[in-house]
Amino acid sequence: MSKVEHRRPLSPHLQVYRPMLTMMMSIFHRITGTALYAGALLLIYYLVAAANGPASFATAASIYGSIIGQIVLFGFTWALLHHLLGGIRHAIWDTGYGMDHPVREYLAQGTAIGGIALTIIVWALAFMMR
Amino acid sequence: MANDPGSLRTALGRVRFLGSAKSGTHHAWHMRVTSVALVPLSILFVWMVASLVGKDYNGVRAMFADRFIPAAVMILFILTSAYHMMLGMQTIIEDYVHDEPIKTWSIMGNLLFSILVGFAGLFAVLKLSLT
Repeated sequence: MSKVEHRRPLSPHLQVYRPMLTMMMSIFHRITGTALYAGALLLIYYLVAAANGPASFATAASIYGSIIGQIVLFGFTWALLHHLLGGIRHAIWDTGYGMDHPVREYLAQGTAIGGIALTIIVWALAFMMR
Repeated sequence: MANDPGSLRTALGRVRFLGSAKSGTHHAWHMRVTSVALVPLSILFVWMVASLVGKDYNGVRAMFADRFIPAAVMILFILTSAYHMMLGMQTIIEDYVHDEPIKTWSIMGNLLFSILVGFAGLFAVLKLSLT
């Protein structure tokens, strides 16, 4: 390929746009998805450790029971719930509804606030049930 | 063949009557279907994780061995998630990785990782619930 072909005009990318909420939510949807991809190993490790026997389960339980483990699990829960709400938002957009100005902002705000609120509620309930 | 400079066949002539690639909307549609399935499954999964917090070994075993529903929901969640995350990561790779060999290896690695996650989770839950 010649150098000329490499320098064909490109469409403007993220950095030329003023950051806005719907755009940030789109980016966060992808970031949380990637985090959940890696986070799947957390679930698999826990289940495999439990299936492997009491000794390996004790190791896994002590890791997840530590402060760092709890913070990671809290983040994992947030990523899952945020991605879940983001997916519902995209499903609504797939039907063609909610693309106009005020509604799309409400949906984006709902995703951002709802994800954090639901995470706190889930963990509060988990600790109360203990 | 297709790029033979000596060929007089036009691009249209080469592809005419061959039909479609047969998989145009396959990826996007499966993404939608797994997303819809994962709405109830994720809610049940989060509930199960919350109830697993602080359980000891026998408690965890009992949760999967004593009743049918928790193990079944967990298996459905794991397999649907593994497929969903394979589709999602493939989109990300195709968006950002432009080097052809790296892209091919990445997509292969993505598929193998997702299958590993799915089958490790499936086998672990089966062992917990059936033994």
